[in-house]
Amino acid sequence: MSKYLIKRIESVGMWSFQAIERLGFAMRLFWDSFYWLLVGRRYKQKVRLRQVVEQVRVNGFDALPIVTALCFVVGMMLSIQLLYALSDFGAESQVLLAIAKSVTREFSPLITGVIVAGRSGAAIAARIGSQVVSQEIDALKVMGIVPVRYLVLPPLLGLMISMPLLVICADFTAILGGAIFSVHKLDMSISAYLVESFNVLVVGDVLQGLIKSVVFGVIIVLVGATTGFYVTGGAEGVGRATTSAVVISISFIVLADMIASYFLTQ
Amino acid sequence: MDNLNKKQANNETVIEVSNLVTHYGMRKILDGVDLDVKKGEIRVIMGGSGSGKSTLLWHILGLYQPTKGHIKLLGKDIHKISFNDMLKLKQDIGVSFQSGALFSSMTVGENIALPLREFTNLDENTIRIISRMKLEVVNLGGFHKLMPSQLSGGMIKRAALARSIVMDPKLLFFDEPSAGLDPVVASEIDDLILSLRDTMGMSMVVVTHELDSAFKIADKITVLDKGKNLITGTVEEIKNSDNKRVMDLLQRRSRHDKLDPKDYLKRLTQENYTLS
Repeated sequence: MSKYLIKRIESVGMWSFQAIERLGFAMRLFWDSFYWLLVGRRYKQKVRLRQVVEQVRVNGFDALPIVTALCFVVGMMLSIQLLYALSDFGAESQVLLAIAKSVTREFSPLITGVIVAGRSGAAIAARIGSQVVSQEIDALKVMGIVPVRYLVLPPLLGLMISMPLLVICADFTAILGGAIFSVHKLDMSISAYLVESFNVLVVGDVLQGLIKSVVFGVIIVLVGATTGFYVTGGAEGVGRATTSAVVISISFIVLADMIASYFLTQ
Repeated sequence: MDNLNKKQANNETVIEVSNLVTHYGMRKILDGVDLDVKKGEIRVIMGGSGSGKSTLLWHILGLYQPTKGHIKLLGKDIHKISFNDMLKLKQDIGVSFQSGALFSSMTVGENIALPLREFTNLDENTIRIISRMKLEVVNLGGFHKLMPSQLSGGMIKRAALARSIVMDPKLLFFDEPSAGLDPVVASEIDDLILSLRDTMGMSMVVVTHELDSAFKIADKITVLDKGKNLITGTVEEIKNSDNKRVMDLLQRRSRHDKLDPKDYLKRLTQENYTLS
């Protein structure tokens, strides 16, 4: 076997080991976060409500304008495509149902997940990565502050709270976006379109999106924190971790979306 | 020497490291290191780059797990005590990192107050007063509202020192406290270290390769070389040592100075070239 081939096989093996190791580390972070949430008070490691509220503000409230704006545009885009496709069958009236169901079940959580991964996932990776580089994590450890409790749990709780809230807002604005374009073709008022959209939705539709959003929030924090904790090589390493965090979390979000869609539609 | 006499009056061992062995991958970094620090003593750990002095410090602080050996701080084996006991022990320990390791997202005052907020039930007013007092101790009074990025190198080291003493620890550790500082600021840090020991009776371990600083503050010096204890003694004993490696270190002589250029080239070009 050529030296080149052996090197390639070795690098694939090495990459696989690292991937499994990091997956294990992420699982450990998830477990440790809830462990410290439950028993932290007993060990002087309590979670500060102020920190969680701050994370809800930074990762949720601050992302609201971009999330709602993009979901509004996506709603309009869906409306354009669906009206065109359904007109072949003379079924334009079904556009309302199609938008309402696809937005709540799929598009809102997915787009929200991607945007938050770009904003918060990158920020978490950069923050923890630079803290690793500047020995701040070591400083926390020697002080007796558990880094997972102090650095990972607040954004985890913050995103588990703020992601569903963002998705509810995204649902509404996407349906509104769809309404703006469709009402002329369907000869309806916007209010009638909205009322009809909410009538065709069942609790399961909205719930599916909300469940997905919580899963996406967990993925974003765990991927961001894991890549951050594994930073090596100074500022350049922090930059690499930030890019990786976004790419990996979006990949996992799409994968998780597919898996969740399969199980939640059975 | 007065300080040493004071320490000799109290023979209680506060830091005990025995037969510490550790590896990074296949490389042995520490090879049977022993250390014994008495109450109120300032122990300086010296050695060339890669001698294992910082690694030893991280092991003593419990940041790394050794391959073999025992570490006792204030009489407790740090690898055998419970989480709660370790937490209590950590409140008796202060660490001043080489980079300062101040939290960049917090003001200087918030950095100093962090351990008090996390581990005490003191009200905010008291925490603020204590933080300001500690800043006064390190001559940084009035700097509590600044961010770490607004401080100079020497000020960061002093702020880090203030944070490390905020819980009034019994043990204080320094990693290269005067590295990268001009001689005047470095001397100020040395004076601070001495004054903390004299006023608060703390025991200290200082990792440094700054000779002037080491000779000024040390009660005893331990010299490490290639992960092993080379020598431990008072400043005078170290200065008068006839050990070649110690003499090289004190006279700032590179070990490559003595290499035959032909041998050196031969080593660089050999197939199985490894770390020296």
